Amino acid sequence: MSNFLKKYRFLMLRRVSQIGIMALYFSANAYGFNVLTGTLSSSLLFGTIPLSDPFAVAQMFSAGALLGADVLVGALIVLLFYVSIGGRAFCSWVCPINMITDLANWLRRVLLLDKTEKRVWLGRGVRYWVIILSLILSAFTSVAAFEIISPISMLHRGIVFGMGMGFAAVLSIFLFDLFAVKNGWCGHICPLGGFYSVASKLSIIRVKHNQPNCTLCMKCKDVCPEKQILSFIGKESGDVRSGECTNCGRCIEVCDDDALHFGIRNYINKNG
Amino acid sequence: MSLSRRDFLKTTAAVSAAAAVGITVPQEARAAVAKAESGWRWDKAACRFCGTGCGIMLATKGGKIVAVKGDPAAPVNRGLNCIKGYFNAKIMYGADRLKQPLLRVGEDGKFDKNGKFQPISWKRAFDEMEVNIKKALKASGPEGVGVFASGQYTVMEGYAAQKMMKGGFRSNAIDPNARHCMASAVVGFYQTFGIDEPSGCYDDIELTDTIITWGANMAEMHPILWSRVSDRKLSSPDKVKVVNISTYRHRCSDLSDTEIIFSPNTDLALWNYVAREIVYNYPEAIDWDFVKKHIVFAASPVNMGYGMRRAGEKSLLPVRADGSAGKYSAKEMEIINHEMETIVSQKEAPALAPYGYKAGDKMVHKPAGLKHWEISFEEYKKFLAPYTLDYVAKISKGDPDESIDSFKKKLKLLAKLYVEKGRKVVSFWTMGMNQHTRGTWVNTLAYNVHFLLGKQAKPGNGAFSLTGQPSACGTAREVGTFCHRLPADMMVKSGKHRKIVEKSWKIPDGTLNPVGNQHIMKIHRDIEDGVIKFAWVNVCNPYQDSASANHWIKAARKMDNFIVCSDGYPGISAKVADLILPTAMIYEKWGAYGNAERRTQHWRQQVLPVGDSMSDTWQWVELSKRFTVKDVWGQQPLRGNKKLPNVIAKAKAMGYNEDTTMFEILFANERAKSYKIDLKDPIQAGYDNSECNGDSRDVIGSDGKVFEGYGYFLHKYLFEEYANFGRGHAHDLADFDTYHRVRGLKWPVVDGKETQWRFNAKYDPYARKAANGADFAFYGPLAKALSQGDLLGIKDKTKKSLKNKAKIFARPYMDPPEMPDSKYDTWMCTGRVLEHWHSGTMTMRVPELYRAVPEALCFINPGDAKTKGFKQGELIWVESRRGKVRARVETRGRNRVPKGLIFVPWFDEKVFINKVCLDATCPMSKQTDYKKCAVKLYKA
Amino acid sequence: MSNLDSKKPVITKRRRFLSVMAQSVGLSALGGMVWTGYIEEAKSAPLILRPPGAKPETDFLRMCIKCGQCAEACPFDTLLMAKPGDNKPMGTPYFIPRDVPCYMCTDIPCVPVCPTGALDEESVSSVVEGEKVLDINKSKMGLAVVDEESCIAFWGIQCDACYRACPLMDKAIVLEYKRNKRTGKHALLIPKVMSEACTGCGLCERACVTQKAAIFVLPHEIAQGKIGGHYIKGWDPDDEKRLNDVSVDVTTRTKRSELVPQDYLNSDEVLFDE
Repeated sequence: MSNFLKKYRFLMLRRVSQIGIMALYFSANAYGFNVLTGTLSSSLLFGTIPLSDPFAVAQMFSAGALLGADVLVGALIVLLFYVSIGGRAFCSWVCPINMITDLANWLRRVLLLDKTEKRVWLGRGVRYWVIILSLILSAFTSVAAFEIISPISMLHRGIVFGMGMGFAAVLSIFLFDLFAVKNGWCGHICPLGGFYSVASKLSIIRVKHNQPNCTLCMKCKDVCPEKQILSFIGKESGDVRSGECTNCGRCIEVCDDDALHFGIRNYINKNG
Repeated sequence: MSLSRRDFLKTTAAVSAAAAVGITVPQEARAAVAKAESGWRWDKAACRFCGTGCGIMLATKGGKIVAVKGDPAAPVNRGLNCIKGYFNAKIMYGADRLKQPLLRVGEDGKFDKNGKFQPISWKRAFDEMEVNIKKALKASGPEGVGVFASGQYTVMEGYAAQKMMKGGFRSNAIDPNARHCMASAVVGFYQTFGIDEPSGCYDDIELTDTIITWGANMAEMHPILWSRVSDRKLSSPDKVKVVNISTYRHRCSDLSDTEIIFSPNTDLALWNYVAREIVYNYPEAIDWDFVKKHIVFAASPVNMGYGMRRAGEKSLLPVRADGSAGKYSAKEMEIINHEMETIVSQKEAPALAPYGYKAGDKMVHKPAGLKHWEISFEEYKKFLAPYTLDYVAKISKGDPDESIDSFKKKLKLLAKLYVEKGRKVVSFWTMGMNQHTRGTWVNTLAYNVHFLLGKQAKPGNGAFSLTGQPSACGTAREVGTFCHRLPADMMVKSGKHRKIVEKSWKIPDGTLNPVGNQHIMKIHRDIEDGVIKFAWVNVCNPYQDSASANHWIKAARKMDNFIVCSDGYPGISAKVADLILPTAMIYEKWGAYGNAERRTQHWRQQVLPVGDSMSDTWQWVELSKRFTVKDVWGQQPLRGNKKLPNVIAKAKAMGYNEDTTMFEILFANERAKSYKIDLKDPIQAGYDNSECNGDSRDVIGSDGKVFEGYGYFLHKYLFEEYANFGRGHAHDLADFDTYHRVRGLKWPVVDGKETQWRFNAKYDPYARKAANGADFAFYGPLAKALSQGDLLGIKDKTKKSLKNKAKIFARPYMDPPEMPDSKYDTWMCTGRVLEHWHSGTMTMRVPELYRAVPEALCFINPGDAKTKGFKQGELIWVESRRGKVRARVETRGRNRVPKGLIFVPWFDEKVFINKVCLDATCPMSKQTDYKKCAVKLYKA
Repeated sequence: MSNLDSKKPVITKRRRFLSVMAQSVGLSALGGMVWTGYIEEAKSAPLILRPPGAKPETDFLRMCIKCGQCAEACPFDTLLMAKPGDNKPMGTPYFIPRDVPCYMCTDIPCVPVCPTGALDEESVSSVVEGEKVLDINKSKMGLAVVDEESCIAFWGIQCDACYRACPLMDKAIVLEYKRNKRTGKHALLIPKVMSEACTGCGLCERACVTQKAAIFVLPHEIAQGKIGGHYIKGWDPDDEKRLNDVSVDVTTRTKRSELVPQDYLNSDEVLFDE
């Protein structure tokens, strides 16, 4: 049992975090329990601290909006947190879509789709194109372009205010990830993930690799949604330096050899 | 009670208060001053468009007129406007305003009739005009120089133009487009009252019980007056009756209790039917006291032609075997021949029976002039006898789908409304009765009915001719820019009148030309005959607005002559011209207009003209600098071997010499210079005066130097000199300064008071003076002594005075010269639409109005469209003996025509309907009948 | 010559990079167009009523972050967040007055919580005794419009349900009294919306007793025309304010004035029949 807990400790904590945050939003709307009001786009913590989606704000700027102070402060708080500390933790600890895509991923492994599928045709760089496109189109259309089609927002707003036809968007992502491209949404397309990847390149909390312990079992690479970041596994010790790491901790959990752990980034020695 | 109702009461109270205060509203003046500081300035003006004469306020900002509002203090419109007036602020700023003089030049840079337009200087423009006027004078004498004048001239422009034409060039070939619009009404006034312009005023609308519109689409053409009519109807729906009499259903029918659709030209029969009902069936309704005291009965020749060209005129020679003649095709000649003789038709025979004609007789037509003579009441009664209900209903019913019984019922009702004791009746008419080959006749027939019943010149009672143009009354008529007129109802043919004018103008005795017959169609015809070699278009568009347009365009473009067009915008007349002068538009100059109820309204120059444009006044005055005494006052030839005397010697005796310019004599004389520029004068302070002071544009003038202004108040001079002619002669205008303080005044203005009802001793000081205790005096001085006779002619040539009396005329129904037949089977009527003014040069450039009505449509009965196989919106040809145009079929909408008649408006130069129209005119008034000709329709 | 003949072009790194870039840009453009198409479509749902204080629709769409805090703040659940399938710009707040109108809370809880200013406090505030206070009466969510044909008051039925439901009774909806000509002894009490006062709350639409509301709220953009600055009401001194914004660039253009004068004048079109 304790082994189970150990094996899934981060996963369980992440689910608690993801569901908890959604529950707070939901209860604020449904029951007036105002700890965290709003949605992931913008919210108010304890009725005082504004929190906003910095990528959404960036798009709104591009769309030509002159925004209120609250949303700017909120975006700055969120951005600072991820940039300095959390890394891309939003994707694995907050974003409700993560649960959907994780489920798809799990099913892929169960159904052995990974082994039978043709090679991936979608580049990991696509999300950066989508970011650029979002900003350009926002300027063109005078509307935050990604926000108006974002399945993430549809899901979290759906959870708080009712889904409507939003489930279809969510289902699409699930099917896409399951049958089309492994980690297709979160690892390839999602501009929000891409945004945090770029933004949190230098954050403090990092997964660290202790190469001498590594047995090259490659379980870590199997579970990692961004496995290109683990290319140095077994070759040298050090931090996962890529901003694309979501700090989900799955690699740490599945490593039976104590070769991976969370730690504070070593900013001095590039090779840690 | 609800707020809206309270608000309504408050507003009403405010309006009444304003009315009570009268003409000046000081708080508004204060507001205007305050607003000048906030970036714009308000000032009063008159609306640019129709004869209603609404008062407006203009906002000027950054040197441009940016906004307009109805003037709440203006008695006519109380702050309201129609949608043309609503766009006054936008009419001057079309993208293609003309900004510099343009001349047709050839490769060598010299004038070339077939060259392309190139910009030239003002100096060159006047050089060319000078050369060509001298050429024309040499070739044809004063009759070789013509001017297409306007009912949209300001008073000062019209006066300057006619002074230079008549006093300088000694030419009476100046005639306004008002000839096309008001001439029949004018001759009607002259023959009936001996003086021009309506006896009543717009206040009649609120005071009457019955409004009868005869050929007047007031709903579209006088919308603000129509809203007053509508309010009168709504105020007492049961008592107030509205009858719309027209050849087709238009927007006036909406409000009407009764609509009478009559067959074109039979309005003559309708009026005589009403008169017959009174005389034969309701004799007790005749106000014998009034009739005996104030009325005489009169008759005139009936075989007077239709105002077309007559055989033997130069352009009708030679006559060819195929029926064609000169420049006219055989088809055209089929109609023109009616000018010389007609065969009396079944339709007109009963009406002509008292004159000794029967169906099938040949009627030989001869020019009859304005001749008329007194007859007895018995003769008049005999004349009326044929107009029985049966006869009139038979010839007049205009809608083939209406039953004769229903039509008869309406005619009886019409007569009853007129006759009903105590019922006040106003009869309004406009172009339907004026543009008519018997226009003068039908105008006089209107007064007959009102006179018989004693329902004329009384509050709420009267026959009231509405004017079309903003200053048809104020300028064309009162100033006298007609070929036969001088200011204030004086006539060129009267030696006494000429003397008065010569004296006032300080020009030698005998300078003025006594022959005034070159009316506007005659000017066109004289150009075609090669008599007129120089013509100048002022504030009008004669090459689009004249019937039989193909002839006049060809004459102007293909013959050896020089046509000048002054305009703000390029239109058809500019296109036809050889020289185009860019001209200041209405609010770019000081001016005054006079509306249909005798109200004179002045405005100041609000903004500088666009580009190098200068006003018509300036153009005339600059031209006058080019002509000296010896150029124009020597002996001059006239047609028919007549001559104008050499007056140079007399001129010298008056202190002029051979080289004194017309400018010095006519426009820069001592009197003119006594009207000083004074920038402290509250009327002048703060306002531009481009003619008198020059302006910041530094326009290079007619002498090649910067024009710096005349240095005296030219406009005030022109107005005061003109107004002096009428003062003391029942045409009294107030002084220049007064008009700048008030919202217009209805002349005669006597002791500072305007006159509402003329000829009525209670209201008109002149009538009071003339009446000698009686209630009325028709004191008009013209044609006030008549020979005696019967319907057939004069029997006793001794003239009997009819001082203070008006006339009832015996004038029968007659067919027009062209009627539908088997080849040309449809009546065609043209006119205006609410959205566009005349030829559309201004309104077609206002985006909102253009969008609302971008093209002229052919209104046709759905039944006719079906028979002829036309689909709604389809392009069809409308073809007459004279020309054809393509227009789109409209079976719905504002004008619902009966079977056998179409209506095509004329504002759209791309649907050039005047190529189709016939230039037949009333032979007395010379006003073209645009309301009827025969066409055939077929698919394009 | 040799270049033309060579069968195998050399693929340099530079060339590969360029072609990948070109492909990416091309595909992005393609995706971008489809995406733009969707956005433009989604934006163009004009019949939408926004919360009080909302900026004009274009600005509102720019500024709304779609967080839903306004909807959460609304005590009446008036405000909805547009879901997929609602055919409204996704995630933005709106309301359907016939279902739940805006009850015009005097403290306007939905506005101050807006983090971006898409709901503008300024526009629903007025100054009372030198102090800025929220004033819901200033809100302009829409404008009530009466369909005279289906409004039974025009038949003479004594209804005025809308009038009585109006929180700004006698200001936003007034009754016009007209005589009932048919009966000759009754009056018509006709509701008339005063656009200056109407906030568009929709209480009238909600109250309307006809099967489908005969009075309904439309966005101002839809319900109202616009008078040009070139005409001022002569009888209303306040109307002059509009002149402050009037441009002095007054040139007008129509098809009639599109040619420069010389081009028009130098052609013989219309003058002569062919």
